[in-house]
Amino acid sequence: MTTAISVSGLRKSFGRARALDGLDLTVTTGEVHGFLGPNGAGKSTTIRVLLGLLRADGGTAELLGGDPWREATQLHRRLAYVPGDVTLWPSLTGGEVIDLLGRLRGGLNQGRRAELLERFELDPTKKGRTYSKGNRQKVALVAALASEAELLILDEPTSGLDPLMEEVFRECVAQERDAGRTVLLSSHILAEVEALCDRVSIIRNGQTVETGTLAELRHLTRTSITAELGAEPTGLAELPGVHDLDVQGTRVKLEVDTAELDAVLRRLTEFGVRGLTSQPPTLEELFLRHYTDEVRA
Amino acid sequence: MNTLVGTGFLTRLVLRRERVQLTAWLAVIALLAVGTAASFAQLYPTQQGRAEFAASLQGNPVFLALTGPMFDLTTLGGMTAWRVAGIGSLLAAFMAVFTVVRHTRADEENGRLELLGAGVVGRRAPLTAPLLTVFGAGLVLALVVGGALTAKGLPAAGSFALGLGFAGAAWVFGALAAVTAQLSQSARAATGIAAGVVVLTFLMRALGDSTGADWLSWISPIGWTQQVRAFADERWWVLALPLVTTSLLVALAYVLVARRDLGGGLLATRPGPARASASLRGSFGLAWRLHRASLLSWLISVVVLGLVLGALAESVSDVLRTSDQLQRILAALGGSKGVVDLFLAAMLSIVGLVGAVYAVQSTLRARGEESAQRAEPVLTASVGRTRWFGGHLVFAFGGTALLMAVVGAAMGLAHGLRAGDLGGELPRVLAGALVQIPAAWVLAGLAAALTGVLPRAVGLAWAVLVVFFLLGQLGQMLQLSQWLLDVSPFTHVPKLPGGEFTAQPLCWMVAVTVVLTAVGLIGFRRRDLG
Ligand SMILES: Nc1ncnc2c1ncn2[C@@H]1O[C@H](COP(=O)(O)OP(=O)(O)OP(=O)(O)O)[C@@H](O)[C@H]1O
Ligand SMILES: [Mg+2]
Repeated sequence: MTTAISVSGLRKSFGRARALDGLDLTVTTGEVHGFLGPNGAGKSTTIRVLLGLLRADGGTAELLGGDPWREATQLHRRLAYVPGDVTLWPSLTGGEVIDLLGRLRGGLNQGRRAELLERFELDPTKKGRTYSKGNRQKVALVAALASEAELLILDEPTSGLDPLMEEVFRECVAQERDAGRTVLLSSHILAEVEALCDRVSIIRNGQTVETGTLAELRHLTRTSITAELGAEPTGLAELPGVHDLDVQGTRVKLEVDTAELDAVLRRLTEFGVRGLTSQPPTLEELFLRHYTDEVRA
Repeated sequence: MNTLVGTGFLTRLVLRRERVQLTAWLAVIALLAVGTAASFAQLYPTQQGRAEFAASLQGNPVFLALTGPMFDLTTLGGMTAWRVAGIGSLLAAFMAVFTVVRHTRADEENGRLELLGAGVVGRRAPLTAPLLTVFGAGLVLALVVGGALTAKGLPAAGSFALGLGFAGAAWVFGALAAVTAQLSQSARAATGIAAGVVVLTFLMRALGDSTGADWLSWISPIGWTQQVRAFADERWWVLALPLVTTSLLVALAYVLVARRDLGGGLLATRPGPARASASLRGSFGLAWRLHRASLLSWLISVVVLGLVLGALAESVSDVLRTSDQLQRILAALGGSKGVVDLFLAAMLSIVGLVGAVYAVQSTLRARGEESAQRAEPVLTASVGRTRWFGGHLVFAFGGTALLMAVVGAAMGLAHGLRAGDLGGELPRVLAGALVQIPAAWVLAGLAAALTGVLPRAVGLAWAVLVVFFLLGQLGQMLQLSQWLLDVSPFTHVPKLPGGEFTAQPLCWMVAVTVVLTAVGLIGFRRRDLG
């Protein structure tokens, strides 16, 4: 497996404000990689460094085997970028913009262009200033998806898309993944991330706090358990990974680190389990925990 | 009156955002008036000195055109009013145009107004707030100029008449900008049209004052400041002209604003092609599409400008034949050919400044694209930074040269036909226009260097242009030190036709331009974008 993007120890400050503070990110070729973090965490800044728009203060960044700053022009032939807030030229039509960006990059798949316009229900004859926010976004998406680029860098690409179009977007990205393209997807829409991403990286305050597959990340969170037991339990509080323990006679409520689930269940069965509900961590909980400053004991 | 809800809040917001710029504009205009009065007081302390000064200028069409009608050049006040009425009004007008468009159409274009419109803001409030600001700024200007000149010992009546004249110019053109902001969908066009009218009215009075076609001066709002006759038996009623005009324009702006949607113009935008034409290829093709409309409207404007100036040049000497005293001036200035040449050269120096405005504006287009985040899609689509910036610079430098050539040809053509010597006059006038190119380029180079190295301070290019303009207008008359005058490239432009041609300063200017542009291009390669 080769890596499409490899970033380590990346640092970038804007004056006094430190946007990136030793960020690490590895995206393997052929995967869809989710890039997550609260507002202002440094996602767009990382992407702009990778695109050669910003110059890093320190650390290393490698993109498609090249230096994103020095070899920007050559590398850009092999990637397509969609920003979260697309601004178009007021006097150019959407169709013109799609063609122009395609030509600059050195080619556009015409069949794909027509197909995407249809699927996204985009009118290419409107002038840039008359498009709605979502439709501006679609122009950039069509231009990127119809390109022959091997790497797609998408920074909140679906902001402003309605749920139907969001669905179309997911289908398209899934297609791209099946076709072997690599995608770096920054997003706040967790369902989108869950549906599309092979692996995710979560960053906060310019640092990577977690990276892995969703299953791996789930493993790091808590499952909540409610059990009705045959006898009053003892010794639960001493088990590692148990939190918020609440024992009311034979009724037990607790939260347990998913990694320690096995030991806790064994213990519970010792008292005879009459009833049990367990709730796996939702994705929201997973992210909220990483997004907030709370640090696990 | 719920359409005005929120005006107070918005006005405070405008004032907050404009506090530095408005203060700078007001300070420059006030300093212009006070500095001129002080210099004249020092240079011509005696009645006799002033009488000689008056005698040396009276009736000279070049000064009539560049500066204005001479009502009373024997008093310090009269001299000051004559010298600054035109330029001060011009600056006040630009101040008003920029301020109004920035807070109306420009805010609408970038969506800021929408953000506010969702709050409790009446339909007319976003237009009223910048207008109130500009009207207030005009009043402050009148008070500051009037007060400062009075404090320098000039008669209070004249001081405030002059100040109110400036205020009138700010009001009229602020109101005009409110109208153009409704008509066009882009802030660039709204500013362009209003600023174009400012320049046009300045030229109208230049022609009216120098060729005896008084009516041209009387329909020009810049001319009104002069016709108030500050310090020369003030005609206060003239101030009613800007007041009435302003009221009419404001009324028109309100009618227009009621008829259109937020973000829209009066003309609906029509759909365009679904596919890009073959010419829209590469960053250069894109740059051409972006500069095309602006360049075309500039070309049309300068052709008209050149034809009018050329056609009227001969009349300048006709006026001087009307009396014995003027005949003597005519002879002193080198006969009718000499006077016409002086007039042409003076007009061409203004044309050179107009070219510099285009040069700066089109160079800063690149920075405008970058700030609007429209550089990113191109620069992340395999276009190198130098190529992208260079594409815009080609139109800045090439467009400036083209404009100067076209205006020179138009002016030479009209003047040559009128003088009955097309073959002789056309090349002379054309040369006078072409020598302006390197000076205008220096400013394009400066704008490029700022874009590359100090992108947040690109506005400095405009400030420098205003300084060069003031140095050119006032420098010699106020006998400023030569090294200060030498800072401006326009000081070194050969005064053609009629003057002596030397290539050396032009080569220097080209060299400076090359260095500045290189600094800009290199800086642009090395810095963060955004
Ligand atoms: N050009 C800039 N000048 C100054 N500060 C900046 C600049 N760009 C980004 N920042 C700061 O850097 C930090 C990271 O911003 P960034 O845009 O990368 O966040 P993000 O993760 O993309 O957030 P969001 O989810 O809101 O898009 C923020 O604190 C932001 O204020
Ligand atoms: Mg972002």
